[in-house]
Amino acid sequence: MEFNPEMLLQLGLKVLFAFTMVGAVMTMAGYSVLAERKVSAWMQGRVGPNRTALPFVENIPFIGSFLKGLGIFQPLADGLKFLFKEEIVPGHVNKVYYYMAPLVALVPALTTMTVLPFGQYYDEAGNSSPLILANLEVGILFIFAVSSLGVYGIVLAGWSSNSKYPFLGGIRSSAQMISYELAMGLSLLPVFLWVSVPGSEASALSLVGIVSSQNDSAWLLLIQPVSALIFLIALFAETNRLPFDMPESETDLVGGFHTEYGSFKFGIFFVAEYAHIVVGSAIFTTIFLGGWHFLPWIADPWPATWVGTLLGIGWFLAKTAFLIFFFIWIRWTIPRFRYDQVMSIGWTKLLPLALINLIVYVLLVTWLDQTPSATP
Amino acid sequence: MSGPDLLFYFFATLSLGGGLLMVFSRHPVSAALFMIVSLVGVASLFVLLDAFFLAILQVLVYAGAVMVLFLFIIMLLDVGPGGAKASRLKFLSGVAGLISVGLLVILLLDLSLGAMEPSDCSADGCEDCSETSAFAWPEIREETAANGNSLVFSPSVKAFGFGLLAKYMLPLQVAGFLLLAAMVGVIILSRKSTGEEGG
Repeated sequence: MEFNPEMLLQLGLKVLFAFTMVGAVMTMAGYSVLAERKVSAWMQGRVGPNRTALPFVENIPFIGSFLKGLGIFQPLADGLKFLFKEEIVPGHVNKVYYYMAPLVALVPALTTMTVLPFGQYYDEAGNSSPLILANLEVGILFIFAVSSLGVYGIVLAGWSSNSKYPFLGGIRSSAQMISYELAMGLSLLPVFLWVSVPGSEASALSLVGIVSSQNDSAWLLLIQPVSALIFLIALFAETNRLPFDMPESETDLVGGFHTEYGSFKFGIFFVAEYAHIVVGSAIFTTIFLGGWHFLPWIADPWPATWVGTLLGIGWFLAKTAFLIFFFIWIRWTIPRFRYDQVMSIGWTKLLPLALINLIVYVLLVTWLDQTPSATP
Repeated sequence: MSGPDLLFYFFATLSLGGGLLMVFSRHPVSAALFMIVSLVGVASLFVLLDAFFLAILQVLVYAGAVMVLFLFIIMLLDVGPGGAKASRLKFLSGVAGLISVGLLVILLLDLSLGAMEPSDCSADGCEDCSETSAFAWPEIREETAANGNSLVFSPSVKAFGFGLLAKYMLPLQVAGFLLLAAMVGVIILSRKSTGEEGG
């Protein structure tokens, strides 16, 4: 393979796009932290962070104080605080793995977004092509594979801390992840069966195909409500969000796997958790909420130009933001499960439900396939 | 040396080095982690061969699920470094080493002989050569064409599924049955009930 300017430009653009996307997800993760603090405050009748402000922006009449009240600048201050805190490494930790663990937690969270389609681009002829970093035919499997590596961050953190509570957190986390991955994968099988029935255009496991199948027709949430429910519950478990936050349940494990972490290493864990939530919400939007398409049964109202591209991306982000809000909403509403309850829900409720759901849809798809008139 | 070649050598080093370090590291947790590195390296080699589906399955099943269980067990039992001290284990590992060296020699011999074979074959013509190869691609193509199915043999998922669920249906079922038997066996072995609960 020869290196020529054309190729170098392509490569440079790819790198630029990747950095832009990492930046976007990291920003959204930062602001999810703020959203979490604000929403929890509102739900508990408090005001939440409203003191941080940039020196000059603060003095703009009305707008400045409004932004300050919203806490817009809080993530900036939080990030700087993590960066400038004294870095304390406990003497009893296993140094190599202790330093490695936050990175192992963050990298999978940021890698899954490469196969996530978030909008579409129109060329002069009006043909649309998806906006995506890497259009893999097996996109959803890639997401499963990479996110299954995320558990190592937590397990390593728990083990290398060499202390009781983090260790318990790590052990619980690995058991929980394995249990819920099964239900998660099984819940998506009927969805992809439905989309790629014999004769349809969509290729088997592609995320782009699943979005375009929801264009101008029903969202898959309406066709496959059980799958959506199981997937959502498993998503909560996989992102370690509250009803399932076994690894760090602060009432019985102090801080779980990151008890022994401080300063920026703790910050990386924190960002990784929220990046998981952002990417998880985006995946749910892509699969069940029609991606960037407008509303069920209504064609996209925006024109097939760059305006439509921007509006589509905006609509996608709005759905994702709503799901992030949903994550926070659930966290501050529902109390935590006990550990044995988490296990029994995963194995005795979700898994059989997912299997039954799969069988029902297999039969349904076969029946629809045999009946020539009905086309899903 | 071009880009893909460099990538190949990088990932080959990663998988081989990971494997070696796995064997030689004294701590079980380090060994498990090096094994993950090695498995991910092999998956990357699959990607270089355009076999994305295989690569992803490799990561999903081995690196993502099997190795998590390994780590889980190692941590739960809290195995310390240097567990293999007993003389019987040393004897066993010697035997295992001999067997694997023997297998490696056989593999290398076969590879060097196999490398010669296509050159003999190409003298007769390319058609014979492809028929004698282990993966009888033309055969599958003919079969899919005979069934009125336009699927050709390719690394795509659909072709993979077609091969697995149509051509190799019986081996798949047998493998599944074997796994089921293993699963039932594990459940029976791991149950310690003396009869008063569950029965």
